[in-house]
Amino acid sequence: MDGSTSIELKQAAHVVQRDVSIAIAGSGGSGVMTAGTWLLDAAARAGLYGLMVRTSGPQIRGGEAAALLRLSGAQVESLDDAFDVLVALDWQNVHRFADEIPLRATSVLVCDADAGEVPAVFLASGARVVALPLKKMAKAAGSWINMLALGISGALAGVPQAQLEEAVRSGWKRDGDGLAANLRALNEGCLAVAHLAGSPLTGSAGPRRWLLSGNEAAGYGALRGGVRFVAAYPITPATEMLEWMAPALARTGGCLLQAEDELASINMIIGASFGGVPSLTATAGPGLSLMTEGIGLAVAAEVPIVVVDVMRGGPSTGIPAKSEQSDLSFAVAGLHGDAPRLVVSPTSISDCAATTHWAVQLAEALQCPALVLSDQFLGQSQAIVRAPELPEGAPQRLVAPAHAPGYKRYANTENGVSPMAIPGTPGVTYTADGLEHTEGAIPSSQAADHRKQLDKRLRKLTGHDYGSRWADCEGDAPLAVITFGSATGPVREAARRAAAQGVEVRVIALRLLMPLQAAALDRALAGVERVIVVEQNHGAQLLHYLRGAYDLPGQPASFHHPGPLPLRPAEICNALVAWAREEETLA
Amino acid sequence: MNDMCQPPGLAPETFGAQHYKSDYKPIWCPGCGDYTVLAAITKALATVQKPPHEVAVVSGIGCSSRIPAYTSCYGFHGVHGRALAAGTGLKVARPDLTVLVASGDGDGYSIGGNHFLHACRRNVDLTYIVMDNHVYGMTKGQPSPTTEPDWDSKLSPGGTGVRSFHPLVIALASGANFVARAFSGDQQGTAEIIAQGIRHPGFSFIEILSPCVTFRPEQRDWRNLVHPASVQPTDDPARAAKRIMTDDGFNIGVLYAGHRAPYAGGPSPASADMAALEAEFAV
Ligand SMILES: Cc1ncc(C[n+]2csc(CCOP(=O)(O)OP(=O)(O)O)c2C)c(N)n1
Ligand code: SF4
Repeated sequence: MDGSTSIELKQAAHVVQRDVSIAIAGSGGSGVMTAGTWLLDAAARAGLYGLMVRTSGPQIRGGEAAALLRLSGAQVESLDDAFDVLVALDWQNVHRFADEIPLRATSVLVCDADAGEVPAVFLASGARVVALPLKKMAKAAGSWINMLALGISGALAGVPQAQLEEAVRSGWKRDGDGLAANLRALNEGCLAVAHLAGSPLTGSAGPRRWLLSGNEAAGYGALRGGVRFVAAYPITPATEMLEWMAPALARTGGCLLQAEDELASINMIIGASFGGVPSLTATAGPGLSLMTEGIGLAVAAEVPIVVVDVMRGGPSTGIPAKSEQSDLSFAVAGLHGDAPRLVVSPTSISDCAATTHWAVQLAEALQCPALVLSDQFLGQSQAIVRAPELPEGAPQRLVAPAHAPGYKRYANTENGVSPMAIPGTPGVTYTADGLEHTEGAIPSSQAADHRKQLDKRLRKLTGHDYGSRWADCEGDAPLAVITFGSATGPVREAARRAAAQGVEVRVIALRLLMPLQAAALDRALAGVERVIVVEQNHGAQLLHYLRGAYDLPGQPASFHHPGPLPLRPAEICNALVAWAREEETLA
Repeated sequence: MNDMCQPPGLAPETFGAQHYKSDYKPIWCPGCGDYTVLAAITKALATVQKPPHEVAVVSGIGCSSRIPAYTSCYGFHGVHGRALAAGTGLKVARPDLTVLVASGDGDGYSIGGNHFLHACRRNVDLTYIVMDNHVYGMTKGQPSPTTEPDWDSKLSPGGTGVRSFHPLVIALASGANFVARAFSGDQQGTAEIIAQGIRHPGFSFIEILSPCVTFRPEQRDWRNLVHPASVQPTDDPARAAKRIMTDDGFNIGVLYAGHRAPYAGGPSPASADMAALEAEFAV
């Protein structure tokens, strides 16, 4: 099965709750991101859940941009198959992302009557077109076109005007006159589409909710996990994590250092962690490539570090601002020598916090590098989510006491973890080494020493009890989907829709990718006849990794396509249903 | 384990050079200049009297980079060219430690060249010691950035034809706060310069001419070429640069001692806890 077959855009069977998908598109500078952010903020104030994905062209400023939202009374973790509402401020370069904004026959498309012809791709959907003199209306209100768009999209989505106004008040940081004009334009927008407005979305007075991006969540999880030193080099889409962390670290007793490049970043955090301070860097594919030598050093010298890779389209500089899950092979295999390391991946935006926190704990406990595979979708999307359940406990690094008699830094202990002396501790000085070494940290080229240290470094990872966090498992059907990272959201939704069509699948979303938990996977797959692996990349990297490391039951199938097009619930659902039927005919 | 044999809780009143030396036997060739650099480092540490466990010696890869294990301080022997990055991270995260970074001319100026520039301009309070032998010793005799353009080698028959790098002027132009040249054959003088570098706030750069007797035996003659700088160190970078550009390369001493404030970006006292950060996400 190949994901390149076109998406079947049927009306989604929303099993749980009515939800609405809204796209606000325009050329850069027209304020679509502000409108989207404030719409999401208003939804949060209205007690709703939601998600906002940013998409833009390659331009630094200007060019095309769109805020893609999905609002609901229940938590949503994926974009829908199509958009119910498109508010287009102009049509400049819109063709470049038209395929990211599919519409349905039931959709409403609001555009500026003076912006020219509606592009054929949008007309072809059969969506209802409402052309309004948006620019003129904004001018008359003394405000900006994006405030009209906020009113229009808010009203069409069913977000109450009172909360839209609150969001504008809290978001507007300038003088009072401008605020009044914005509110006027917002109101004009709401009025203009009042006759089309949907019934209000109802918020649930649910548990505590947070509004944050996956990058912020990861930064927060890292801090909570104990990270107090960060060194990094800017790269899209990881930079926002660092920008969030810089002031937050300063407030919590740590610091962030902008390095001259990724080679410096990785070695700086190794130096800091050698000094006893839990340390992290964040990057994307090109930076991760540069860091590999350093990551290997952390493996050999047994220095705990956390590297967050916010994956984007690759290889090389690829597609910087768009999502893909194509660094998996590199993360699990891309170091020289036998270099056991941890690789984890968050299964949702809010899970970025818990998983990064966990990564810090694991790295510290096992004195090794932990790679966190996030991606642009998880990192740069903002979401209203239930406050995540975070791991408990401070990081536990096994440190050597002062004056420990016969201290050996790389002692071959039973579980493979050796006490680490922290500079400043008297009587246990040693030299950490990336060269192979003896238990006493003396460089050695002898086979026996090499074998002993290789065994020890592997054993401490494979022998560790990772508990239940290794994966999220749902269902007990004989057909199973295995997935990871940002593919999890659309897979979960597809599984719910497939169930509504009578096709039950078991979902296993792997959080701990390396070391692969074979025994736990055995239990999770008990009774499973056949597996389909879902992921967003061109080479089916997860499938091949699993097949190389584990005997999957039956003839494993694959559903995958590369970014930047997101995995849509409908395409996965269609694939699951077709795959299940194929199973039936075989049986 | 290689710390001095002191009973717990009892530190000696004073430290001698021997307290900074480990008992591991260096792998260097007999006669290598790096032996004396090691001795000078331990002597300098005795001069500053910082307890060995509060000192960290960080290095990359090369013959010269083997130094950390031969001290009884904390050591970090990392990867080729990245010693300054590791040392910077360590010092910024742990400002209480005395950090020395040791390199060779290949390690420090070639693969680590970018880090050299940025360490000079960042001005973190550490001491950078480069054992310059104008050759790659550990990989058996290839030209380095400071090798003369006509030096014949297997990898560059007839010479590279590429002009040699001038580390001191580059350090000065990039913002190093202390720039000195030493000669390993002069153990006492080298120790004094290293001690001055450790005491000087900010990034101290010490270029030590340290002969590779195996691949550049002619460097034994450096002993006859070096001479003390006949002038006092200046705090004027332009004057220092002019002197360095026009000297014969064997002028030994502290050539520049500036007053730039060291890097101020270390850890700050905590003013918020996790709950305060969480509150900002709550809706
Ligand atoms: C990434 C990388 N490239 C190449 C090497 C091989 N290598 C080891 S030491 C060295 C040169 C060392 O020369 P220098 O820094 O001048 O030190 P010396 O041995 O002369 O003291 C090289 C190229 C390596 N270890 N790592
Ligand atoms: S090869 Fe040269 S630099 Fe290396 S130990 Fe021998 S003499 Fe010293």
